[in-house]
Amino acid sequence: MRRHITVLVVLTGLSVIAPASIAAPADFLKTYEAAARQEAPGFAGFSAQRGAAFYKTTHGREWSCASCHTQNPAASGRHAKTDKPITPLAPAANAKRFARADKVEKWFRRNCNDVLGRECTAREKGDVLAYLMSVKK
Amino acid sequence: MNTANRIGLLVMFVTAVTWTATTRADGHRYTASDPAWKAECGSCHIAYPPALLPAASWRALMSGLDRHFGDDASLDPATRDKITAFLEKNASRKRKLIDATELRISETRWFRHEHDEVPAYVWKNTKVKSPANCAACHLNAEAGDYSERNIRIPR
Repeated sequence: MRRHITVLVVLTGLSVIAPASIAAPADFLKTYEAAARQEAPGFAGFSAQRGAAFYKTTHGREWSCASCHTQNPAASGRHAKTDKPITPLAPAANAKRFARADKVEKWFRRNCNDVLGRECTAREKGDVLAYLMSVKK
Repeated sequence: MNTANRIGLLVMFVTAVTWTATTRADGHRYTASDPAWKAECGSCHIAYPPALLPAASWRALMSGLDRHFGDDASLDPATRDKITAFLEKNASRKRKLIDATELRISETRWFRHEHDEVPAYVWKNTKVKSPANCAACHLNAEAGDYSERNIRIPR
């Protein structure tokens, strides 16, 4: 009996953890959509076009997303300061992108802070992701 | 000499030989490694060998990752603490060569001494870009190999 309970606890635990650790880009879009509705009740969906503009322009500071990830997110980039190669950001060109929640949140936190000097809103993240998902290899 | 003493001596001998081989054979090879250090410190630049800064410098650096030389390199606390422990354990003990308040490896007296024959134009080369870019000249830097034999200065 005890063993059965242990197995059950482990399985329940896995089903809770699994979606968070291995995800698809569309899963992130859903999460951001829910958060964007919370941010603004009038939220009318993400826009890849808005995301592209956000990605390619600077936001009152030195860098844009494209400074390191290049104007084409399906291409390899280089770190603007250290020159270290960066693998493509667009999921079509790199299956490892937008696959793990901890990584996605870590890089949005850091890079939004570097590019904008603040965290990104859920709408901004969703727009950028919608753009990245629209980019073909 | 009894067997226990003999075994003890043998263990000491093997330890000494291994230590010499890993730390002394070539002062420009660094073997200390850790998966979290490699993954996290190595994502924006080469994961710099812990032996290049003293423990106090690593502690100071790791406590300010949200302002890491002008960039946000913040980590979750558990990963940060794990990496800090690894860096401290394998930090430099050459107090005379590196000031414990120094955070930038390329500004230490040791680094400047090691690179004093490198002409100014090399640092300005767009293929080098920054003294932080070890792998521009040290071909096997990623593997901790900074030996003279594996240096190629780009043109």
